[in-house]
Amino acid sequence: MTAPHTAPPGPAGTSSRATRGLGVLSLAGLALLLGYALVWSPPDVAQKDAVRLMYVHVPTAILAFTACAITTVASAMWLRRRSEGWWVLGGAAAEVGLVFTGICLITGSIWGRPTWGTYWDWDPRITSTTLLFILLVGYLALRSIDNEAGGAAPRGMRGAIVGLLLLPNVMIVHFSVDWWRSLHQTATITRLDPTIEGTMLFTLMLGIVVFGLVFAWLLIHRFRVGWLEERAGATGLDQALVERRAEAGLAAAGGRS
Amino acid sequence: MFRDASLMAGKDLRVELRSHVTTQQVAPFAILMLILFGVALDPDRGILTRASAGLFWVSVLFCSLLAIQRAFTIEAADGGRDALRLSGLDPAGIFLGKAAAIFVQLGALELVLAAGVVVMYGTEITGLPLLVATCLAATAGLAAAGTLYGVLAAGLRVRETLLPILLLPVLAPVLIGATRAFEAALGGAAADGWPWCGLLAAFALLYTAFGTLAFGTLLEES
Repeated sequence: MTAPHTAPPGPAGTSSRATRGLGVLSLAGLALLLGYALVWSPPDVAQKDAVRLMYVHVPTAILAFTACAITTVASAMWLRRRSEGWWVLGGAAAEVGLVFTGICLITGSIWGRPTWGTYWDWDPRITSTTLLFILLVGYLALRSIDNEAGGAAPRGMRGAIVGLLLLPNVMIVHFSVDWWRSLHQTATITRLDPTIEGTMLFTLMLGIVVFGLVFAWLLIHRFRVGWLEERAGATGLDQALVERRAEAGLAAAGGRS
Repeated sequence: MFRDASLMAGKDLRVELRSHVTTQQVAPFAILMLILFGVALDPDRGILTRASAGLFWVSVLFCSLLAIQRAFTIEAADGGRDALRLSGLDPAGIFLGKAAAIFVQLGALELVLAAGVVVMYGTEITGLPLLVATCLAATAGLAAAGTLYGVLAAGLRVRETLLPILLLPVLAPVLIGATRAFEAALGGAAADGWPWCGLLAAFALLYTAFGTLAFGTLLEES
């Protein structure tokens, strides 16, 4: 017999000293980035002020792909170790990655309007990033389905296999879309000037660092929420078991008297 | 492994032959799609002929969803999946057999669709070796990836809606590759199509290898 649970183990919230520090640092970084992106960096010669979107767009794109890599690694680790932490991490990274992919697509679309004259273009990167968005949505949809009677594979296994294939799929899609568009001679798109330097380069680097901090902060908190969710599920099951046992015990005692 | 695979493929194909689901439901659906494309796009302007490669492969893609769902529905009744697990067949063999059965059915569907495209869209067949090679490679990829994702969604209440969103983005490279290879073959520039055919073969090999390795754990654990 196990002792009945009195209080759920573990912390009641999702913040700790370290993440509060990280949060403050992210906020300060965002303020600094705003200053650099909107005020102190010069407008581009060709794109004028629209180039300022780059300081959001490029970091979110990098982090969206980082999130996919984290999900794939976490899924591989889950398959090796079968520990709950990797399962929760895979989902947390995919969810945060989905948000960053969304931001990347929206900022790209807004940026495309003044520079390319259209919100959408069949550019390889737009197409493959949109497919990445759908891949992440599908992965999260699959994870959210609990084990059902008759299902072939358990939830953890399903999620891990699709998670493991996430990064390879993103790479195959990216490669094939890239190749497809490069064969087509489409109108040349005004691209980002590859030789950015000085304040603009610094602002872009700052953006990558700051969004990296925001990403880490979100990922850690989402991980902790996911972890508590799993714990709550397990605790709920334990408690229900204890209650049923107590009921059975009472019934047996009542029967004897 | 290969003996188990041929047993499995033989069983699935016999089920299809006797139930007539592929011939009476999926094949008419494929032709129906060709008609609907014809109605939706203007048939008089030559759009259909120009787009026939893409329309052909989109139809194959949608038919493959049906074939994959069907391949796992036949296991769902009467505890077929448990029987499969207890049968002692090599899981890799089960995977290869299922994929082979889907491959054969899709191949047959492609013949029907090709005839439909030639008759209804007025597409002229040129570059036949490339067309055949592309069909083989792309269908192998569809069957392998489809079997892997099909078993993940099998038995779930939401399988009909879940499978397309999981599988279609993954199959996007197959659609791109097969369409480009077909366009090259039909446009008389077969040399441009062979690299795409190589990409399709690589995709098929990758998913066959992964499915062969992963299927055992997927089937056994629940």
